Amino acid sequence: MKILVGYKRVVDANVRVQVKPDGTGVVTDGVKLSANPFDDIALEEALRLRDAGKATEVVVATIAPADAQPHLRNGLAMGANRAIHVVADGAVAPLAAARAFLKLIEKEQPDLVLMGKQAIDDDSSQTGQMLATLWGRPQATFASKLVVDGGKATVTREVDAGLETLEVDLPAVVTTDLRLNEPRFIKLPDIMKAKSKPLDTIPLADLAIAATDAPKATQYAPPAQRQRGVMVKDAAELVAVLKQKGLL
Amino acid sequence: MSKVLVVAEHLNGKLNAATAKTVSAAQALKPDAIDVLVLSDAPDAVAAEAAQIAGVAKVLTLANAANAHAIAQVLAPQIAEIAKNGYSHVFGPSTTFGKDVMPAVAALLDVGQVSDLMAVEGTHTFKRPMYAGNAIVTVEAPANHVVVATVRTASWPEAAKGGSATVEAASVNAVLPTHTRFVELAAGKSDRPDLQSAKRVVSGGRGVGSAENFKIIYDLADKLGAAVGASRAAVDAGYVPNELQVGQTGKIIAPELYVAVGISGAIQHLTGIKDAGTIVAINKDGDAPIFEIADVGLVGDLFQILPELQQQLS
Ligand SMILES: Cc1cc2nc3c(=O)[nH]c(=O)nc-3n(C[C@H](O)[C@H](O)[C@H](O)COP(=O)(O)OP(=O)(O)OC[C@H]3O[C@@H](n4cnc5c(N)ncnc54)[C@H](O)[C@@H]3O)c2cc1C
Ligand SMILES: Nc1ncnc2c1ncn2[C@@H]1O[C@H](COP(=O)(O)O)[C@@H](O)[C@H]1O
Repeated sequence: MKILVGYKRVVDANVRVQVKPDGTGVVTDGVKLSANPFDDIALEEALRLRDAGKATEVVVATIAPADAQPHLRNGLAMGANRAIHVVADGAVAPLAAARAFLKLIEKEQPDLVLMGKQAIDDDSSQTGQMLATLWGRPQATFASKLVVDGGKATVTREVDAGLETLEVDLPAVVTTDLRLNEPRFIKLPDIMKAKSKPLDTIPLADLAIAATDAPKATQYAPPAQRQRGVMVKDAAELVAVLKQKGLL
Repeated sequence: MSKVLVVAEHLNGKLNAATAKTVSAAQALKPDAIDVLVLSDAPDAVAAEAAQIAGVAKVLTLANAANAHAIAQVLAPQIAEIAKNGYSHVFGPSTTFGKDVMPAVAALLDVGQVSDLMAVEGTHTFKRPMYAGNAIVTVEAPANHVVVATVRTASWPEAAKGGSATVEAASVNAVLPTHTRFVELAAGKSDRPDLQSAKRVVSGGRGVGSAENFKIIYDLADKLGAAVGASRAAVDAGYVPNELQVGQTGKIIAPELYVAVGISGAIQHLTGIKDAGTIVAINKDGDAPIFEIADVGLVGDLFQILPELQQQLS
């Protein structure tokens, strides 16, 4: 079984993102970039399936500018067999990303595609669902448990009401939630090994995907800030303040 | 000329409050008509509820045994077919249901999706949060296409009741896949208010320390008639089930009163409560970031303060 993993590079989760004063975007100069946390989880799950003898090959793929090679090397150091770098200059919207991934699927013929449930930069939560739709295959989003057996996968999903379980025929697209697993740390010797693993580079234009009319971001603004309020000294005073506000 | 199709969310024969919130967002477009679409094996009760939402012109039902459970790849082709009947906008709630199905609808209609719509500036101009709410972005949807969007429910009030829309059975010509099968839904059973629509919420974090200790949170919530929430750390540690998680990757909520107990106030948590009316923080660390945004702060040990609060409220 071959697994294709969506492995997006995003502004690190610990960075306090700032909007540029001119409102054209957010500050990314000198800001730490990392793998999308959900994609690390997707890769970890793929590696565990390989460790368990269920998968034979794990391929990480990213659509990102040319300077994203070290990011893919990290994925290789974590344990992926191969990497595919679709080189694109600017940000790629989810529908375009899904179309690009469909092209990779046609070439790679994976049995399972693992993606994050959302990229923490655009917070779209769209790409996996769109890919499954274009591919005409099952989707199981927000997975917190994944069992692969024969030509099927049983997926437990974190939904608003609780935990839902679906059974899907493979190939399928599964998107990961935070509690699926705890990604491993990269070890130093693996960073060395990763240098010699195959990394294919494909210009986005070569995939010849149809142009899409994506919603365009025209203006970025900082959110309304909440102000620091009052401090109270004990429970009695807290109740008094809440009563005064008409909340009790 | 806007005509909006709102995809209803429901479970066990009951309409979810997220639907009426989505209708509010649709109303902000000042459209010519808002229709609600109910997909179910037995849609009648849900359709009757949806027909009472003020401002809804028509409720369309698609009854099909395949719609007994909300399987995105089964529902999406049906929604897309209905959408082609002259709708300019297709809206669903930004709940796990809407997030699952709406991108599939968008892909079938060959358009990008606007996620987490929080404000309407024009028929094709919206605001939405990105970067865990650290940026509010104005997005322009292409004018020549249907707009597919999920609506950030915390940004919109429930549309009023008192409507009397007509209910109409619809039909579509769509091939439905059988590659996905529902196995089960393990739903947390609770008579407490629903976290996403509750007026009051009490949340506990890692500071609560254990599943047993969480009783102290449930007790306070019961006293206040509040729903119970939690930080990711509390869920990860197994104190409470996943459906209680509040934040960027959990539920985004806007209660009138939010009480955060033993929660430090990480940015991913705060994203989930930005629109709360009054935020109360109880934490033993006076430097915890939660105090920077709390309307009322109380520094101290939760195991001492919560029993005292109970007493004060009795
Ligand atoms: C991609 C991503 C997504 C995330 N999504 C979410 C999300 O949706 N929701 C979410 O909540 N987090 C989310 N997180 C995690 C977030 O970054 C924090 O790790 C988490 O919110 C911390 O939870 P906490 O405040 O309960 O725990 P801690 O940060 O450990 O805080 C515990 C607090 O309890 C206090 N405390 C301890 N004992 C007591 C006591 N006896 N009395 C009073 N106070 C006490 C401490 O002073 C401390 O401030 C996400 C992280 C990432 C990377
Ligand atoms: N440019 C990209 N490169 C690699 N993977 C991506 C890219 N865009 C989206 N994905 C995958 O799709 C998931 C959801 O992204 P999004 O729909 O943008 O929230 C991510 O977690 C990735 O797994």
